[in-house]
Amino acid sequence: MKKIDINSIPKEKFEFAQLDAHLHDVKFETKPVGYMLDAWRRFRKNKASVIAAVIIILIVVFAVVTPFVSKYHINDADGVYAKMRPKIEAFYGTGFLDGTNTRPLNDKYIAYLGGIGQGIADKDGSGATWAQGLEEKYQPIAKLSDPYKKQGKEYRDALVDTYYSVGFKYISVTRDEYAKIQAWQEENGIQVIYPMVDTRSEWCDASYANDANYWYRHSANSTPLDENGKKMTLEKFTTTGLVDNYLRDADGNILYFAAKDKSMISVRVLYYNYYIYQNGYEPIHTLGTDAQGYDILVRLAHGTRLSLILALCVSIINLTLGAMYGAIEGYYGGWVDMLGERVTDVLSGIPFIVVATLFQLHLVNTGKVSTLVGLLFAFVLTGWIGTAYRVRTQFYRFKNQEYVLAARTLGAHDGRIMFKHIFPNALGTIITTSVLVIPGVILDESVLSYLGVVNFNGQFITSLGTMLSNGQGYLSTDPHIILFPALIISLLMISFNLFGNGLRDAFNPSLRGADE
Amino acid sequence: MYMFKYIMKRVGLMILTFFIIMTICFTLIKLLQPEAPMMGSQAQLEAARREALGYNKPIMEQFGIYLRNIFTNWDWGTSWKIDYMANVGDVITRRLPPTVLINVYSLVLSIPLGILLGIFAALKKNRWQDHLISTLVMIFVSVPSYVYAFIVQYYLGFRLGWFPVILSSLYDAGGSWTSAAMFKSMMLPMFALSFGTIAGLARFTRAELTEALTSEYMLLARTKGLTKGQATVRHALRNAMVPILPSILSMIIGVFGGSMIIETIFAVNGIGKLYITSIGMLDYDVFVSTSMFYTIISLASTIIVDISYGFLDPRIRMGAK
Repeated sequence: MKKIDINSIPKEKFEFAQLDAHLHDVKFETKPVGYMLDAWRRFRKNKASVIAAVIIILIVVFAVVTPFVSKYHINDADGVYAKMRPKIEAFYGTGFLDGTNTRPLNDKYIAYLGGIGQGIADKDGSGATWAQGLEEKYQPIAKLSDPYKKQGKEYRDALVDTYYSVGFKYISVTRDEYAKIQAWQEENGIQVIYPMVDTRSEWCDASYANDANYWYRHSANSTPLDENGKKMTLEKFTTTGLVDNYLRDADGNILYFAAKDKSMISVRVLYYNYYIYQNGYEPIHTLGTDAQGYDILVRLAHGTRLSLILALCVSIINLTLGAMYGAIEGYYGGWVDMLGERVTDVLSGIPFIVVATLFQLHLVNTGKVSTLVGLLFAFVLTGWIGTAYRVRTQFYRFKNQEYVLAARTLGAHDGRIMFKHIFPNALGTIITTSVLVIPGVILDESVLSYLGVVNFNGQFITSLGTMLSNGQGYLSTDPHIILFPALIISLLMISFNLFGNGLRDAFNPSLRGADE
Repeated sequence: MYMFKYIMKRVGLMILTFFIIMTICFTLIKLLQPEAPMMGSQAQLEAARREALGYNKPIMEQFGIYLRNIFTNWDWGTSWKIDYMANVGDVITRRLPPTVLINVYSLVLSIPLGILLGIFAALKKNRWQDHLISTLVMIFVSVPSYVYAFIVQYYLGFRLGWFPVILSSLYDAGGSWTSAAMFKSMMLPMFALSFGTIAGLARFTRAELTEALTSEYMLLARTKGLTKGQATVRHALRNAMVPILPSILSMIIGVFGGSMIIETIFAVNGIGKLYITSIGMLDYDVFVSTSMFYTIISLASTIIVDISYGFLDPRIRMGAK
């Protein structure tokens, strides 16, 4: 038999075997459905998860966009407008998100708050009536209930606008600044400077001398007085109005400032308008302000950003580390696995809070890394164990399958078998785990910063946990400070858990309904 | 016998792990800024004590002294700042009662409630009761416990005034941890802790029980003539309990650890608060020992869960691979 050189068979020796043979199989008309598409279809059917995903996207958009859109910056704080209620102008007078809170008022307090309105109406000191005051836009009482008796005293419940109730303030300015304000108010038609009060007169009690809202004559216990120094009842001052106690010169002309020392003068400003003069916009905080006067909306967005960025970083790093560690453990087995398991035993045995604390004390407090990086290290040190465990399980399950043997027979090296052949089987598990890691990280971060183990409390940085711990002290009086961060965290937790469960069901239909 | 060997192996490994963690923690904590002497009212005694604990010796030598003291005297070091010159073991023991009591109350409320809700949901599977419970459970499991703490503190504490807003001091409550006044003031932290536990247990029970209810042995049990109730109680419920009981066991061990954040919110002077204070004040011996305390709890709960699985379910026994 003639030997054929198989490396160079002449072309003509080949002939087509079935060139015109009829194939009976019909070619698939449809496109093949891949793993991802299949998972996506299943995921879409789970309504709750889809809604959760939408909520997550909305929160992300909120966190990313708000700081750019809002007129406030993260470090904008005006101590005067601290603990303001959430205010959306369209809701004014409804009692819901309109910047008001409900206060029980006695007659003296009605005079005080209503007096702000009358004081605003009395721009040039020529006098105004109570009714005129009530028509002013910036008067604080939005609604007044009928009187009721409590412990023998008469009260009325009032919806009081927290922004307007700031009223007047005494400020110290230079004469130049004073001239500037005057020029500005003439140009814009917004009255900032109001007649100065004679704080040294007998009609002003020394203990109220720093409160510019006591522009009217009052007794030592702050009851309004009439021209003759007699106490006025509610009926009296609501009909005749409060009697002013302005500073006048010898001829009886109203004075608008009192000299303090050589360069500074003291003036009485309507703080709301003064704020507009300073900033160019009205003080309206959609979600209110916290105890330091920071805008909660902007801070909330920054805090959410921080939490999400941290969670995302942890999730990605853990996924990579955990996948590699688990793959090596699971693939090689034997002593590698033994050793690896002991290492994870030790690492997972240390309570997370201890790890986080030690990182903060060693690296952050000594100034080696920033707080965020220190916290990231703590999360990374133990966080990958869960992923590694799951990947290891998948590797144990698949490494003895025939296709792996086939790949090895064909000469594939370990790395290729691990990551090209076995790893895709663990992909669904890994994606699910990396999503379910996120709520855990957000929760742990908030707990740690709440407890003060990590410190995100700064002018330019804040976190959800920090906002919670700052609001805790005001829970009884100003619950809105703590409400919004708590709400966002709860929403994030619920949505990420729902979303993660939906993903798990989509990737592993056999696990549907099982928890963990 | 096999079981015994298995347990011994696990316990041995646990002790080894614990020892390694202890070495790491001790070294890392002592590497921080060295503690300056307080020189309080008992300066001489303090100096002697510091000398005895080897505070000016290298860290490894200090660790040796620390271990020797634990083995010979059960002496876990001395607190300098939180409780001047007190033994750390005593400091920890003194903080245990409020932590344990609040958590025990919470478990007493949540374990039966959670399991019952879970069973109810599983029996009414795919009906509106189940959907309602499952939805609520999903929400309650996800919302962090401190949010419940704020809610109950605000509504039940401030608004309605039913319960004290923070835990009463031992003095106010009549000097006893179990007095009625103390019990009342423990209600709010107890509620705050319970919501999540109830929901978690209900979800777990429902998942396990639905699986058991649809299994083939249930069909067999019905076929041999058991009523639905009998079959559920005797077969499905018992099987469903196999994974539930270990998790309850681990909850019971967790009683000692408590929740740091709940203790901070309600001013409970317990272990969690002690840990946070020891970090804040850098009271090293307390810091090391409370860290170890938490490590023991987490290790113990893992190992007990594993072992109890072995006892309850023969299939899992023996590290079957």
